[in-house]
Amino acid sequence: MMQAADLAAIRAIITRAKRWDMFFSLLGILSLMVGVLTFTVLFVDMAIQGVPRLSMDFFTSFPSRRAENAGILSAWVGTVLVMLVTALSAVPLGVAAGVYLEEYAPKNWMTDIIEINISNLAGIPSIVYGLLALGLFVYYFGFGQSILSAGLTLALLILPVIIVATRESIRAIPRSIHEGSYACGATTWQTVSDHILPYSSAGILTGVIIGMARAIGETAPIITIGALTFIAFLPTAPFAGDPPAGLFDWIFAPFTVMPIQMFNWTSRPEAAFTVNAAAAGFVLVFMTLAMNGLAIYVRYRLRKNIKW
Amino acid sequence: MQLQTGLEAGIEGAVLKADVRELDFHYGAFHALKRVSMPIHDHMVTSLIGPSGCGKSTLLRCFNRMHDLYPGNRYSGGGIVLYPDNTNLLAPEVDPIEVRMRISMVFQKPNPFPKSIYENAAYCLRARGMRNKNELDDRVESALKGAALWNEVSGRLKELGANLSGGQQQRLCIARALASDPEIILFDEPTSALDPIATASIEELIIELKEKVTILIVTHNMQQAARISDFTAYMYLGEMVEFGVTDQIFIKPQKKATEDYITGRFG
Repeated sequence: MMQAADLAAIRAIITRAKRWDMFFSLLGILSLMVGVLTFTVLFVDMAIQGVPRLSMDFFTSFPSRRAENAGILSAWVGTVLVMLVTALSAVPLGVAAGVYLEEYAPKNWMTDIIEINISNLAGIPSIVYGLLALGLFVYYFGFGQSILSAGLTLALLILPVIIVATRESIRAIPRSIHEGSYACGATTWQTVSDHILPYSSAGILTGVIIGMARAIGETAPIITIGALTFIAFLPTAPFAGDPPAGLFDWIFAPFTVMPIQMFNWTSRPEAAFTVNAAAAGFVLVFMTLAMNGLAIYVRYRLRKNIKW
Repeated sequence: MQLQTGLEAGIEGAVLKADVRELDFHYGAFHALKRVSMPIHDHMVTSLIGPSGCGKSTLLRCFNRMHDLYPGNRYSGGGIVLYPDNTNLLAPEVDPIEVRMRISMVFQKPNPFPKSIYENAAYCLRARGMRNKNELDDRVESALKGAALWNEVSGRLKELGANLSGGQQQRLCIARALASDPEIILFDEPTSALDPIATASIEELIIELKEKVTILIVTHNMQQAARISDFTAYMYLGEMVEFGVTDQIFIKPQKKATEDYITGRFG
């Protein structure tokens, strides 16, 4: 039989032990708030400053010496075009490399070294990629200070993210599905194209968008390769102009991107330019959040039909 | 090593479909199969029994070269000869894909692809490059009928295979394995993840299927082996202890070790 005194003792122990729960949950909330509140304060402050400045003109005007006339036309067009080049070059390369490593590569020390280095690549400071790109793309390949150079630089930067995301989504596919495909007499390529890629596409896409969201805000490597800070024209559209431009002439055009435009404005002494920078920052954060939102939606849609 | 043929073992008209000859297999340094020999008879059900880790699944997965998918696995001696063409399935010059096209497999846990019921049943045909819609439709229908699933799914072939019940999923996997008209179907404990009713329907199906195809099945369940198989092989620690007609193995085993296992004194 349990004595009343024993019971009281047990309850005292529980109460004492539970204090740690209380303590830790408070600590957790506090830690969480540091992150969430900081972001909220930054974002709200920027929104309060910048949102009143947003208007149609802001999106359709080139930068100007007069703050009230200045806009982000060349910056957002530049960002969109650079992102396009980045996506078109990084996605095929990253996915192909990831699929090769998971499905084709022999498992030996060479592959191990490559694997370790891919993780390391993700940790290299982006300015180093900028220096590499300056030498390689801008001068050696002669692409100049162009959209192409910038797009390829950012592609290099996010390649490890895409490779790692591809490999992890492939590994999430159960072995039994792999084996089921091979047991049907499928070749490795048939297994990859009929099963591996379709079933891992949600995860790969998420990785791609996370990578792109990182690339869209990168400033250092883009400055390193020599993006212009003041630019008052757009790349020529395909077949426009006289003589007509080729389909891909725009990739060799000089450009600027959103973060550089912001950086330029914040370094001006006039307060009106700071407001412009806040407005541009708001647009940039919005672009990033929109990409992340898209990632969540697409992942949800693609995963609906995948059940093991 | 002397092998019993079906005739000697007392089953009228039994013809050899495959012959395992002194097969050795290594997982890295681990010697998993030790000079294993056994015959597989055409249009018969042969079951492999034995305690966990005895090598029965390892032997089964040699038949479709599943081991080739992983590094460190070695067919280190002997072979498996497939009749009537006398091909050694394990010969290095034989393409494992060719082997898997002739010998298909049903796994322990139902593993339908996250595709429609139709695409699941059609996959082995698609892997062979079949594109003709009518031909695919016919083959899918007959495979699903062969797997006793047609009546339950004929109206919803576009639904996901994963929406079916466990037993239905396993029959879908059987349909997938059957669609390409294989010479042998391998079953790796096909009912161990199923309830008794689904198990009964799969067992019934396996007995029907031997009209069309030779069957090799690994099972943990001795009653199952007794119910459905014509021949039974008892393995222990990577060795073939005894092979014979199922009735003989269960009623009058030749070896003490077999008797101990099937009477439950061990294992």
